[in-house]
Amino acid sequence: MKQNVSNAWSRLRHDRLAMVSLVVLIAFIVMAIITPWVSDRDDIRAVNTADNPTWASPSSQFLLGTDYLGRSVALQIMWGSRVSLFVGLAATLLTIVIGTVMGLASGFFGGWTDAVLMRITDWFLVIPFLPTAIVLAAVLNRSLWTIVFVIGITSWPSTARLVRSQVLSVRSRLYVDRARALGAGRAHLVRRHILPNVTPLVLASTTLAVPISILTETTLSFLGLGDPTQVSWGAILNEAREKGAVDRGAWWYYMPPGIAIVLVVLAFTLLGRAMETVLDPRLRET
Amino acid sequence: MRRRFVIGKILGALSTLVFVVVFNFFLFRVVNDDPINSMFRGRNLTPEQLERLRVKFNLDGSKWEQFVAYVQQLLHGDLGYSLKSSRPVSTVIAEAIWPTVLLVGTSTLLAMLGIALGYRAGWRRGSSFDAAATSVSMLTYSMPEYWIGMVALGVFAAGLGWFPVGGLNDPGSTATGIERLLDQLHHMILPATVLAVAYIGEYMIVARSAMIDTSREDYLQLARAKGLREADVRKRHAQPNALLPVVSLSAINFGFVLSGAIAVESIFSWPGIGQQIQFAISGPDFPMLQGLFLLISAAVILANLAADLLYGYLDPRVAGR
Repeated sequence: MKQNVSNAWSRLRHDRLAMVSLVVLIAFIVMAIITPWVSDRDDIRAVNTADNPTWASPSSQFLLGTDYLGRSVALQIMWGSRVSLFVGLAATLLTIVIGTVMGLASGFFGGWTDAVLMRITDWFLVIPFLPTAIVLAAVLNRSLWTIVFVIGITSWPSTARLVRSQVLSVRSRLYVDRARALGAGRAHLVRRHILPNVTPLVLASTTLAVPISILTETTLSFLGLGDPTQVSWGAILNEAREKGAVDRGAWWYYMPPGIAIVLVVLAFTLLGRAMETVLDPRLRET
Repeated sequence: MRRRFVIGKILGALSTLVFVVVFNFFLFRVVNDDPINSMFRGRNLTPEQLERLRVKFNLDGSKWEQFVAYVQQLLHGDLGYSLKSSRPVSTVIAEAIWPTVLLVGTSTLLAMLGIALGYRAGWRRGSSFDAAATSVSMLTYSMPEYWIGMVALGVFAAGLGWFPVGGLNDPGSTATGIERLLDQLHHMILPATVLAVAYIGEYMIVARSAMIDTSREDYLQLARAKGLREADVRKRHAQPNALLPVVSLSAINFGFVLSGAIAVESIFSWPGIGQQIQFAISGPDFPMLQGLFLLISAAVILANLAADLLYGYLDPRVAGR
């Protein structure tokens, strides 16, 4: 296992795009973590910005200008990165946990369990997930955890499918039969043989699920379903649109949040694809 | 096609539809136990008024009675009344559906250009064309469609003034006939292009990988050995086979484009289903949301069924003889 990890890492290190993506991601994560130390949340509360110029274009005082209330756009993006990254990662974690449990149970137990679980998976695969997320978020309370829950509950099926097919292929291998013949119990089989073989693929699919979660979070916030007390990239874009930033030509208000979203989503996607190529030998050759 | 395959697919689609109906019911009456209370929060209604509203919206009686009543209404095409406008949900939907069909249809056709790009890129894997097409696809894939819409509005409408900032027609325009049609077209160019740009990448990536899979097949070697020119090998042998995965992904993409239209329509004030969803969210107008969700799900379920059946027709190995 350790050997595999270092092997994969050395192959990944030669992928320039993947390395650039990694650097971009680390930069954003560092920004999200240090924001509370380098700035004050109160600086972007409307009650404290009455003295600032409104709709000011970028200057040395406000690197990315100000919005209709005189709040710094740069600071909003920094605080927004915390929410967008947190929701993206937490929702992905939930997605992966539900998907892995469903896929493991389905592939390992087979029979009726498999049939029922896969039927449910198919339902969730076919129903368009953004509208489902929207109606769910609309009936629940507006909070960050609601968004996490809503994304998790609507986007697990592809992971479940992936894990199930991997379990089926591992389960039929000889060494698993051998372990079973030697008297290994179910728990032992899952822990020692199935999970280690499923983990690498789950890891790659996690990296690919994060950008989708982040995009969904921004869309839900943009539609006004986010936590009204929090700043997120989608919420900034929603406010920019409602207050007419586009008509005013206030590009410094609506361009930066979008670019931040694109950078993070692109970096996660490129890194995920590179990991998938490294971890899945079928994608590697030719 | 085997009859069993067809019936199986139809039953599968029906079961999904039933699931959506049950889910829809649960969402608005069980997850949210008292929708009337949350809808009219802060309006100081008397208990009698609340009770009357509960009767009007079918929220009295046990959950089971409510469910039976809900299904009966559905079967009669009755989706209830909008809380905001008090008009029947089905009327509002009927008005909003055509703008959306027009927008989503146009942008889907435009986005399908991605299939041709993907074929070319996959056929010449590793070429500079492939590299360029793949990078652009990854980039557009990463952009939220509503943000592309805002940038497009900022540049082409507010900035250059080439296109109107939104709507289906110029307000106050009395033009009829061909002039009115041209005006609508002028209004549609920007939103349709934005949606197409947002989803062209998905088509391109799927078509590319389908082409790469196909290009390894032995029958292509055979065709070359017969002395066919490379262009004919691609057109007559590779492309038709690479169509299969594209067919099934078109149905999934249809769901994506429809979802993408929600935010894009509200940016461009396009009077369609998406804008109605945005209106219903801010209410919240639960009967509207319920009806719209049912409609979108049913459309996507049907699209999937059509794709499955088409796939079975195109590839007899799937459907059995």
